[in-house]
Amino acid sequence: MKPETTSQIGNFPDAFAQNRKETGIGYMNDQDDPVNMILRLKDLRKAAHNFATFQSGSTPGRIVIPSEVNIRDTRQIPFELDPPTHGPYRALLNPWFKRPLEESYQTKLQAIIDETITDAFSTEKIDVVSQFALPLQSKALTLLLNTSMSNAQTWIDWGTHVFRSESSSLDGDKANILYDYIDAEIEKAIDTPSDSLYSVLLNSEVDGKKMSKEEVKGVMILTFAGGRDTVINAVTNTIAYFSENISDLQRIANEPEIVNRAVEELVRYFAPLTQMGRVATTDATVCEHAIKADSRVSLCWASANRDENVFANANKVDFDRKVNPHVSFGFSHHNCLGATHARQILRQLVLTLANRVKEFEVLSADENIEQLGDFTRKVGFNQLEMRFIAQ
Amino acid sequence: MAKVKFITQTNQIIEVEGTSGSLMELAVENGVVGIDGDCGGVCSCATCHVHVAQTDFEKVGAPDEIESDMLELDDNVSEYSRLSCQIQVSDEIDGMTFTVAN
Repeated sequence: MKPETTSQIGNFPDAFAQNRKETGIGYMNDQDDPVNMILRLKDLRKAAHNFATFQSGSTPGRIVIPSEVNIRDTRQIPFELDPPTHGPYRALLNPWFKRPLEESYQTKLQAIIDETITDAFSTEKIDVVSQFALPLQSKALTLLLNTSMSNAQTWIDWGTHVFRSESSSLDGDKANILYDYIDAEIEKAIDTPSDSLYSVLLNSEVDGKKMSKEEVKGVMILTFAGGRDTVINAVTNTIAYFSENISDLQRIANEPEIVNRAVEELVRYFAPLTQMGRVATTDATVCEHAIKADSRVSLCWASANRDENVFANANKVDFDRKVNPHVSFGFSHHNCLGATHARQILRQLVLTLANRVKEFEVLSADENIEQLGDFTRKVGFNQLEMRFIAQ
Repeated sequence: MAKVKFITQTNQIIEVEGTSGSLMELAVENGVVGIDGDCGGVCSCATCHVHVAQTDFEKVGAPDEIESDMLELDDNVSEYSRLSCQIQVSDEIDGMTFTVAN
């Protein structure tokens, strides 16, 4: 599709308002494995917490929407496990994924952000998706994995969607590029151990048993796949928002102490991942709606974040929102493992943009629209051409 | 100025003092284990859960509805649970002891 210049690119409409108000439930089919979508925040939280009834440990790939059952056999760990099996894996991974709170990590991340913004200033036209958000996400991922920066170019060359081609939302051949790559990296780490996440996992034990290559692969697939489109959407959408609301960015330059609140609010508003599924282990009820055993429900983060019974002026970005119980990073046992990394990227990026950018000139935009049954949701952009103007 | 104590899950006692901001921020600044404050204090992550001493609970006050909803589904909740991001550091809490829930 040829990109078109649009206005209102910083606007992300609420796609679920009517159903959320009327029934609390949405419906979509997905590869003949239908999904009842849980749309209200309180219902979603209860379902997310109730792992006994709404499980993650179903067939690998089934809780993802669109389902990856046909393109993946490896179980993502700890994401596709339920308590109590889930707990020891999560406990093992938590300290590693909290490293973005360390000063040395933040210093390296700042260098990546500074370089990415400097590159943007040096050109008359930049596609924010493929030439800004993707390189930034890929380079930052080298910090999270503790691998060489030179790996980032390989990941950038994969393009913006690991699982998606232009013609299909699920592309098995493209997914295999990632899976084969991870297999090869695991073998390399066995031959030449280092301080990378691969090596750390290969030397780790869970419940007294050494992690298998398949388990390590499961963690790595989750780390690559879970943190790719989501971070790219969050970065791109943040810049799209500020392009139309530059005074909000200027406010952060003047009041840097509000940056955490601002990032949480932007993430609530964008919900970079629309939803995540669960599989019912028994007949159940959500919002007076019958859910059959072995059918899928989804926890629709994007809808819950606009729940008018919880958020005042839910469709407005408000950096003064002091209580903001959004679920963009999930909820309960499976809250996002990479959230510390994602938050750190966004906090440092927004602060740096606030101190260096005068304005963003939008040249053209091609919105990424998800079709979810009868729902149509803007989740980000396929392409967003801009000129960054320095202060 | 408020001087407060945190007791961690490993029974480490950490005494800190502060004048402003939230109790969560004070805990994070002083490296109190079990208080992460991932969301920066907007009541979104419940990683700053503490138990207030029974004798102090009335003075600290009960959580509002949004905070209650967060706590309802957290681990180790008690009738004296609060999210420390929603407690302001002030003279009102001087001398209190907070037990880290997780």
